[in-house]
Amino acid sequence: MIRRIIRHRLTRRLATALGTLLGVAILVFIMLRAIPGDQVTAQFGLEAAGLTEAQRAQLEAYYGLDRPLVVQFFSWLGNLFSGNLGFSSRAQMSVAALTAQSLPVTVELAVLTIVLSLLIGVPLGMLSASKPNSLRDGLGQTVGLAGLSIPAFLLGSSLLAWLAGSGFNPNGLGYASLTQQPWLNLQQMLLPAVVLAFGIAAPIMRTTRTAVLEVRSLDFIRTARAKGVPVRRLQWRHVLGNALVPITTMTGLQFGYLLGGAIVVEQIFSLPGIGRQVLIGIQQKEYAVVQSTVLIIATGFVLVNLATDALYRLIDPRVRVS
Amino acid sequence: MRNRTHLSRLALPVAGLLSAALALTSCGTPSNDPTDKPTEQILVVGTTSDPDTLFPWKATQFFAVNVAQNLYGTLTEFDADLNVVPGLAESWETSADGLTVTFKLRPGAKFADGTDCDSTDVKHSLEAIQNEATAAVARSSLATVTKIEAPDASTVVLTLSVPDAGLPSNLAVINMAILSSEDTEETLNTKPNGTGAFVLTSRQPNQSLTLARNEHYWGAKPPLDGIEFRIIPDETSIVSAMQSGNINLTTFDDPLVAQSAEAAGLTVRKTPQLSYHVLQLNATRGALVDENVRLAMQCAIDRQEVLDTAAQGEGEVTGPITSPAYRSDPKARPCPTRDLAKAAQYLAQSGLSEVTVNAIVSQGEYATSVNEAENLKAQLAEAHINLELEVLESGAYVQRWIDADFESAVALNGGRPDPDGMYGRYFPSTGNLNKVAGYSSPTLDQLFAQGKSESDPAERAKIYTQISNELEDHAVWIWLFTSYSYTVTTAGVTGYTPMPNASAQYLRSTSIA
Repeated sequence: MIRRIIRHRLTRRLATALGTLLGVAILVFIMLRAIPGDQVTAQFGLEAAGLTEAQRAQLEAYYGLDRPLVVQFFSWLGNLFSGNLGFSSRAQMSVAALTAQSLPVTVELAVLTIVLSLLIGVPLGMLSASKPNSLRDGLGQTVGLAGLSIPAFLLGSSLLAWLAGSGFNPNGLGYASLTQQPWLNLQQMLLPAVVLAFGIAAPIMRTTRTAVLEVRSLDFIRTARAKGVPVRRLQWRHVLGNALVPITTMTGLQFGYLLGGAIVVEQIFSLPGIGRQVLIGIQQKEYAVVQSTVLIIATGFVLVNLATDALYRLIDPRVRVS
Repeated sequence: MRNRTHLSRLALPVAGLLSAALALTSCGTPSNDPTDKPTEQILVVGTTSDPDTLFPWKATQFFAVNVAQNLYGTLTEFDADLNVVPGLAESWETSADGLTVTFKLRPGAKFADGTDCDSTDVKHSLEAIQNEATAAVARSSLATVTKIEAPDASTVVLTLSVPDAGLPSNLAVINMAILSSEDTEETLNTKPNGTGAFVLTSRQPNQSLTLARNEHYWGAKPPLDGIEFRIIPDETSIVSAMQSGNINLTTFDDPLVAQSAEAAGLTVRKTPQLSYHVLQLNATRGALVDENVRLAMQCAIDRQEVLDTAAQGEGEVTGPITSPAYRSDPKARPCPTRDLAKAAQYLAQSGLSEVTVNAIVSQGEYATSVNEAENLKAQLAEAHINLELEVLESGAYVQRWIDADFESAVALNGGRPDPDGMYGRYFPSTGNLNKVAGYSSPTLDQLFAQGKSESDPAERAKIYTQISNELEDHAVWIWLFTSYSYTVTTAGVTGYTPMPNASAQYLRSTSIA
């Protein structure tokens, strides 16, 4: 029985996921300490040079930097298991409370971006694949190339400056949450989601085009067409239905990245998301903030991958059988 | 035909998306625009970062200092011209021997929680700042104070080891804020309780801080009902937010951003700053131990060219002292203008034909650093001095700087109104930043001691001119230029006075139509 549980696919996946998260935790811990400076120098800047040894020691004790590195790591890890993600002395708030504010912003932005990307990328990919090497294919590919080539900061800043000139800049009003001011929140999310979706729709479009072209060349499509299956049904159900696995993989991958926070877009559009939380944590050398937040992001990425795997089973009966 | 029908259907979601976008963008100005509240005067100030602390004794970050200045009060203050004027102390008197300073406190001064601010609080605050365990950044400014007494509720007497003419100026810095003896750092980190013009009402980390008028403030009633500091990390986005009327006031350091604000029709005022751009030389390292090498470097640099190239000419070439009352003459130096022949002569005197000097440069600490470094490198190369640039992330730069682990450093250092507060930490051999300064001499020690004890302003000015000349003649550092800060406002904002020390204390006299 125990052997069956151990050998079960889900158990193995969970073990791999936990191993990945532990690896991420160790890596982030080491990398943060490898960066020159600490929370004392981050807070005092050049004035840190004027601190006496006693002042420095007092500050190191205050920030918990006086303990050996191994103790610091296991103390943080132990606290994680008891639900304590750490404390931000800058924000005077627990990391859990900070994340409770920032994570919904990032998740909302990620969901909106993925929906927009799918709405743009999949139809565009199918349009391109409907007549390869034609004008419409060239147009689709050009849009895809533009999406990949134009950096988000350029598109974001340009859009913001252009719309601000006409008086529209909801992001300048300060962030409004979805629950308290849903209408303003949607306005604030629109531009960043469009900017991100423009870049993410491109790989989705390319994946869709390739997958659709591949499926269309298969025998069963020719057979279905010969049997008189209507074009619309053939395209949506038979072609797109069988091309969904690579599209889902690409979408899952992009969604995972988005959960890590689109730092540049969050900066430009003043969205207090999880990317900004990590960035400020790194700038201020708030180790607990960065370590715990990165672990949350990594957990999100792992969960999205697991969910993508589960989706394969829904989309493709062959996966269920195997 | 079928294909075309199918494709047009495919376009439906895209069209829907565009319609939704248009609908959202056409909805006009959302309802929480501050200008929609005519009954309340709320000024929205744009800022790029969140304060890293609300505790005034540890505030060094630009924005943290600005917030603290509006929440807390000090015994003395600076006016718009950087003169020391009464703050919580309405007057002070120095004894004839200069060793006792008696402060008379302002009657009726209260903390935001309504409790009185008296001599017990002043004594408690100054003693706590002196205590190493507090880790207050201004501790060294009280180095001459040996005893603090509070003979009655409205009098504080400071006994000094030596006369200290810079003390009233040092006490005006917000790191010397007077706190209630009842409060602790822990409580003040979340609930500031000061004697300033405003009081903190709410804070959303990474988003905003909201201040309301302090009804217990001892000074003139601030016209504003409140201030919202709105955090927008990108400066260009702040300009956009001001264009659309969402933000009323902000301050930039980058001349390019200021130009874009001006082009967008916003009002921009530039204020010369006390902070100075400098090539710090560490005279204890490598070839820089030789004064001739340092002088050769000084003569090989055209400071105006550095200013023009790195900062679009937005600033003024400077000598060591930048405060208006003691300003150094930038022409009083061995090479007032670039002189490659003289540089070659100095280099020959050092016995070297070519020199390599390492320079640390911060990337991201301020806008012009790398451009300054590149220009200095190009100019020095013409004098056979190879400036090896080491461009570092700001955290790595700070660590190297405070460890004095550099031969030279391209730096932007903060200035202070009083020259003793500005350089008294650097160049006397006992200064707490002397290791970073990389230079000291008996002459400088003596001059700084004289400057500290001299109370006559005219005599002090002469002493600091001598100090300035001494620093230039020995090419201790290479002072380059001072830049401007740019205060950007929208229509209707009046009464705000930007200050050369970058203080935002005049938010207390600002109003908005």
